[in-house]
Amino acid sequence: MDLYNKTLTELAAGLRDGDFSSVDLTQALLARIRERDPELNAFITVTDELALAAAERADVARSAGNGGPLNGLPVIHKDIFCTRGVKTSCGSKMLDNFVSPYDATVVERLADAGAVVLGKTNMDEFAMGSSNETSFYGPVRNPWNLDCTPGGSSGGSAAAVAARFGPAATGTDTGGSIRQPAALTGTVGIKPTYGRVSRYGMIAFASSLDQAGVITRTAEDAALLLGVMAGFDERDSTSIDEPVPDYVAALGESIKGLRIGIVRQHFDAGLDAECGRKVKEAIGVLQSLGATTVEVDLPNIDLSVPTYYVVAPAECSSNLSRFDGVRFGYRAENAVDLLDHYCRSRGEGFGDEVKRRIMTGTYVLSAGYYDAYYLKAQQVRQLIADDFRKAFAGVDVIAGPTAPTPAFRLGDKVDDPITMYLNDIYTIGANLAGLPGISVPCGFVNDLPVGLHLVGTHFAESTLLRCAHQYQQQTDWHTACPEDFQ
Amino acid sequence: MNAGWEVVIGLEIHTQLATRSKIFSAAPTEYGAEPNTQACLVDLGYPGVLPVLNAEVVRMATMFGLAVNATVAPRSVFARKNYFYPDLPKGYQISQYELPIVEHGELFITDDEGNEKRIGITRAHLEEDAGKSIHEGLDRYSGIDLNRAGTPLLEIVSEPELSSAREAVAYMRKIHTIVRYLGISDGNMQEGSFRCDANVSVRRRGEEKLGTRAEIKNLNSFRFVEKAINFEIERQIELLEDGGTVVQETRLYDSDKDETRSMRSKEEANDYRYFPDPDLLPVEISADYIDAVRRQLPELPAAKEQRFVDQYGIKADDAAILTGSRSLADYFEAVVAATEAKAQLAANWVVGDLSAALNQESLDIVDSKVSAELLAGLLTRIEDNTISGKIAKQVFEAMWAGEGSADAIIEARGLKQITDSSAIEAVVDSVIAAHPEQVAEYRSGKDKLIGFFVGQVMKETQGQANPGQVNKILKAKLGG
Repeated sequence: MDLYNKTLTELAAGLRDGDFSSVDLTQALLARIRERDPELNAFITVTDELALAAAERADVARSAGNGGPLNGLPVIHKDIFCTRGVKTSCGSKMLDNFVSPYDATVVERLADAGAVVLGKTNMDEFAMGSSNETSFYGPVRNPWNLDCTPGGSSGGSAAAVAARFGPAATGTDTGGSIRQPAALTGTVGIKPTYGRVSRYGMIAFASSLDQAGVITRTAEDAALLLGVMAGFDERDSTSIDEPVPDYVAALGESIKGLRIGIVRQHFDAGLDAECGRKVKEAIGVLQSLGATTVEVDLPNIDLSVPTYYVVAPAECSSNLSRFDGVRFGYRAENAVDLLDHYCRSRGEGFGDEVKRRIMTGTYVLSAGYYDAYYLKAQQVRQLIADDFRKAFAGVDVIAGPTAPTPAFRLGDKVDDPITMYLNDIYTIGANLAGLPGISVPCGFVNDLPVGLHLVGTHFAESTLLRCAHQYQQQTDWHTACPEDFQ
Repeated sequence: MNAGWEVVIGLEIHTQLATRSKIFSAAPTEYGAEPNTQACLVDLGYPGVLPVLNAEVVRMATMFGLAVNATVAPRSVFARKNYFYPDLPKGYQISQYELPIVEHGELFITDDEGNEKRIGITRAHLEEDAGKSIHEGLDRYSGIDLNRAGTPLLEIVSEPELSSAREAVAYMRKIHTIVRYLGISDGNMQEGSFRCDANVSVRRRGEEKLGTRAEIKNLNSFRFVEKAINFEIERQIELLEDGGTVVQETRLYDSDKDETRSMRSKEEANDYRYFPDPDLLPVEISADYIDAVRRQLPELPAAKEQRFVDQYGIKADDAAILTGSRSLADYFEAVVAATEAKAQLAANWVVGDLSAALNQESLDIVDSKVSAELLAGLLTRIEDNTISGKIAKQVFEAMWAGEGSADAIIEARGLKQITDSSAIEAVVDSVIAAHPEQVAEYRSGKDKLIGFFVGQVMKETQGQANPGQVNKILKAKLGG
């Protein structure tokens, strides 16, 4: 079996048993990326030299009997995570020239555990998009169908894992940016509880919603990586000081008696019927493992998309103010005065979707509109969070579709932001309420993957991972490889 | 000139808190470093960085709240104030808006009629300072120094209850004294650690509605506050009396020309789009925490002033001066503790000769060349009549010059007062013998010649004879 087909867990065993070295593995994957990525455009930067140097160090450490839990194992970072000495673009012309002087906490923790970083993946500009088409570096193609989008904003990470460029990638999820691309590429994507993983060094889109997570092919791999990434960080005031359980150890426990909530609105007319069927089949598998289902009501869930599109733009309009061309990033030439400098640096440095959200956000925070939009949205957000809280009094997880359709064609929705925004209709609620969510491959519609979405209560990552792992023990959707990338 | 007009002033005082590191980062706050050497990635607003609140600023704000009898909020929230400026790295300033940490305080000043007047403190909130733009000496460019970016500030907002420039200065001085007493700010105005914005309006006496106000920005000395406000009052009254209207605007005070001038009008003002900062949790303060801070509070100026009068029996005016700074008050108490001399004598010396010597060399009390112990030694010798008050001044000058303790100087210079009656009698006898004419005149009734004889005796003894004894002996002998 080729190395690229192995999961992180399998690779760890292979390294341990001396079947191959980290350098062998790294070289193999770098060669595959070099050869095949031009078809997908999943990478913005491939860090060959750094990766090989890290692999060499890992091999030395292993032979000396040292090395962390991820020693010598390959990972890929979304280009939203600051990596010292490496370009960190966030998918934007604004940061095309930006080389970060420091490492994000996530990057640091994975590196400390011995991980080898292969490169940095393409993404929607500043994580604003659901199709990877807003990237300054061009869209990413879905390895299952090159005419389709892999979803977004972590589309590069999802496509890279699906195409076997690496077993695991980091992602970030503000409204579904890990889970939706995972669903569209047949991978596993987990967004942890807000505050579970440090946001330090992760370029902010909407601070109260952003959360880092991982994209892998198995829940087992996700458990391994998340265990290393998660935990309190004194550099992020919103990270939560709560012990990190051993996610891997808990995977084997049965889900017998697990109570699964089904939200009626998640199976209404907005959902592709074939996708709905696949998701229901998946829930049937969980029932066969001893889980029970009950219908739950989230009365305000229909308001989640409009609520999100007030809160997220408001925060982004402020978060992106630092990109002013003064200290770093794109700077317009020959500015005649300060205003001209600002207007052109930002006008030329940001793409259309980013500008649309900055303008929307500026509007909803303006004097005279704040109460009607921002404040109201925060109140609705509280109602949605309360709905979830009540629902979780009676269930352990809520199951449904991750996205309303399988991967759509590139260019199909790019001129229609509202339709594009509806792609995150099932995932946004978890962000608004700060809850963990996971997408697991559960079948194919028209040869395109479909994802099962599970949401848990705060800090229930272990339950989600266990549920997904048990499901993957019964199914083989996750072992399917896109035909062109076998 | 202002007859018929009433003046309404409110002050916003920006106090730099004396923390070692910045409010949201670990970078040092030290003043005067090379530009941009004390700004870390957080201060520079780099992509991905996050603010973490320095707990020390919460303690300091709590101390201030307790010192001005205010409510320390159990929950306060940091908000973002959004605007673009090159010295504002993130494009927003982290401040507090709807829920400040301190509210509803008060302090008392002496008003223009000499009565005690309560001034309400609306609120005090925590915020970060911006950097500094440098325009001078840079042809076609502006320089940005971000050392100051992220320095913690406590903005103290008064109610519009000050009625004159003099009251405004009195209020500002009180706040200045309090923050220095608490040790939460060095209060250094040259370095910008203590500065204020003044909101000034006027209305015809009897009018209920407040007049339109102008805000004078960034006043960094008591003198400028007084002059700027007085200029602004005159300007507004003149304008209104000529039938004009005051426009709401921000004005700058030009100390060279002693005038204020318009900086931007209300229409040009930014919409700051305040909203709660999602990167920071609300600040939650428990009653236990407040109690713990309360226990650490030093004695405050008003209480200390009263205690000085009660405990030491010194004059109220002296007590007010001596408690003007904590270090001066400490010095005074150290002197009193180290001498048997009366406290009022100590007060006279500290307020008088010592302060004059400090002023002359622009020294702070903590840098005094005469320590409290040394001064106490001098006062002891005055009290026990070893030296006269006049000789004491000489000894003080010598101590200031570094010649050692009072006793050492008295000894070395032979300044000890002559109290031995037989020694004084001998000098008196020789003076009488040397001036027969004056003796005759005195005896024929010219009493005021006694001064002449005292002078002669003092001259003979180089001022060291006890003047009271000299007088007594002379009178006895001349009276014959």
